[in-house]
Amino acid sequence: MKRIALLGMPNTGKSTFFNRITGASSRTGNWPGVTVDLLGAKILLGGAMVEIVDLPGIYDLHGFSDDEQVVRHFLENNSVDQVLIVLNTSQVERQLSLVLQVKQLGLPAILLLNMADEAKKFGITVDAGKMSEMLGLPVVLLSAKYGTGYQNAYQLLGRMLEKSGPVRLDHLKELLSQDDRVESEMDRVLKSTVQVPAQLSDNLTSRLDRILLHPWLGLPLFFLVMYLTFQAIFLFGKPLQDGVTWILDTFRHAALEPFFAHFPSILKGLLLDGIYNGVGTVATFVPIIILFFLFMAIIEDTGYLSRAAFLMDALMSRLGLDGRSFVMLLMGFGCNVPALMGTRVMRTRSLRLLTMLVIPFSLCSARLQVFIFITAAIFSPKAAPLVLFSLYLFSFATALLTAVLFKRQYASSEPFILEVPPYRFPTLRQMLLRGWHEVRHFLNRASKFIVAGVVLVWLLTHFPTDVPPASAHTLAGMIGSAFSPLLDPIGINQQLAIALIFGFVAKEIVIGSLAVIYGMQGQGLMALMAHQLDWVQAYSFMLFTLIYTPCLSTIATLRSESKSNAFMLLSIIWSLGLAWLISFVFYQGARALGY
Amino acid sequence: MAIVKLSTLAAGESGVIAALHAEDELYHRLAAMGFRIGKRVEILRLGRFSGPLHLRIGATDLMLRRSDANKIDVTAE
Repeated sequence: MKRIALLGMPNTGKSTFFNRITGASSRTGNWPGVTVDLLGAKILLGGAMVEIVDLPGIYDLHGFSDDEQVVRHFLENNSVDQVLIVLNTSQVERQLSLVLQVKQLGLPAILLLNMADEAKKFGITVDAGKMSEMLGLPVVLLSAKYGTGYQNAYQLLGRMLEKSGPVRLDHLKELLSQDDRVESEMDRVLKSTVQVPAQLSDNLTSRLDRILLHPWLGLPLFFLVMYLTFQAIFLFGKPLQDGVTWILDTFRHAALEPFFAHFPSILKGLLLDGIYNGVGTVATFVPIIILFFLFMAIIEDTGYLSRAAFLMDALMSRLGLDGRSFVMLLMGFGCNVPALMGTRVMRTRSLRLLTMLVIPFSLCSARLQVFIFITAAIFSPKAAPLVLFSLYLFSFATALLTAVLFKRQYASSEPFILEVPPYRFPTLRQMLLRGWHEVRHFLNRASKFIVAGVVLVWLLTHFPTDVPPASAHTLAGMIGSAFSPLLDPIGINQQLAIALIFGFVAKEIVIGSLAVIYGMQGQGLMALMAHQLDWVQAYSFMLFTLIYTPCLSTIATLRSESKSNAFMLLSIIWSLGLAWLISFVFYQGARALGY
Repeated sequence: MAIVKLSTLAAGESGVIAALHAEDELYHRLAAMGFRIGKRVEILRLGRFSGPLHLRIGATDLMLRRSDANKIDVTAE
């Protein structure tokens, strides 16, 4: 099978192009010589199946960052039939160097000048025919976002692929070292093919920046935007969540219960009270999760996050971090795992490690489910948003505290240079594709962890069979009492202890396992929990859930990204210790004050 | 025309790059972003509390810390 590699600088819309050409069929996979997962897909092109791989965005094939090494190792260990280089047309002036480097390596390449629509708005013109002639490779202007020029590129790719054969590079470094002519070559090509107006005109971006990066209003506006985003997620998400709950309830009563009526009670219990209730309770949060990722994606795609980095860098630098660390922390609000992987753009190991130590404190969407559920059960509708907000504050505070305490161990002087892209607005297609990716990711996790988790919880709470379910004499009860010397001082009872232990695997299991432990779901479960727990216990439980290790996937990612067991252990022990300490101070403090 | 450090320019001012005193890593990074001798840089704004510089070079807008901007000499315009 022929193989196409997609190469380009960051912020060139490379992934948008990849999504367009692969539809929604991409999968992450392993490649020889490369230690990280890359996104790849098999597509039908010109009558044959071909494989297309999305390489990480890089500035330079020489570079020292992890991503640049990944690209080099990939090209050294895998043969490639065609390289697609994606550049941002507006910035072709400086990005052309990457094309010349690829050309020097002798790889068969096609140059895609993306975001041609934006360049046109800026008044930048490129003579693609002339450029193609001078570079000796096909050049296509296109907009991957809106699809203009895409058919051209697609057909050209098919034709080129028919002619090309696999190329593998053995001495990449040596080949690259002979590139002193790149600069003069670049000037020559640019002079006769690209015209840039003396004054760039992007009024919208400058006007928006004047407000959003305002010296005094910038930061308050940023927090207001974040606050409104969360409000919007719940405004739209709550009715959807209620709808899913109603459907699941109705389905159980109308179809499942009659169907399973004559099954042995233990099997019926496992299937209905275990798997169906557990997974169902988790599933009701899917709409909120999708909305959450959609909104985050919109904010990310508009370019506002790099403005956030600009606004926060002054504070972050005092904490030994930088603006990018802050953006990763925000990304962590969606899911910690991609945020941890995002730190690959950092070149200094110490800065990367410090950022990775901080990210797990980001209140991710899985933990959000737990908090929404418990605040809805225990707190009044008026107090609930404040409680949630306070947890976000704790999330920030623990992250900042960790940075301050560890910044001496992980001191770095990495230069901080970050592009500030013009404001862009994602198309509906981009948003829907993103939403679909998130749903698929969730279903993946659900099939792996959640079903296994809730089954295990059900078994632990129902064996031995001759005692009442979830009572002190079941296996779960025994585990709970074993931990009670540690968890009683922070107000966490035996039922919650089981949920916490399983939360170590994935936070999505926590509410699923509560549903199984209490043998109820939806309103019934909330009422029962409200009866058994007071607000101090509930808040202490939420604090612990917030701060201790997010999930097994995060731990695995910490391990694979840091390549250090010691660092992974440090992260686990520090977060567990801090979680216990803060819950202890809160719980004992609140009790001492008479609550 | 005086040669000054890029970090001394105020918002709205611009200069032409005269020298890059950056070590290997920073130099590579700057080069990839389009910093070359003779290129014109415009300061769009300065971050509060000694935050980064928001600047424009060619068709690229980017942010750069003051400590890094200290290593770039420009001819003020």
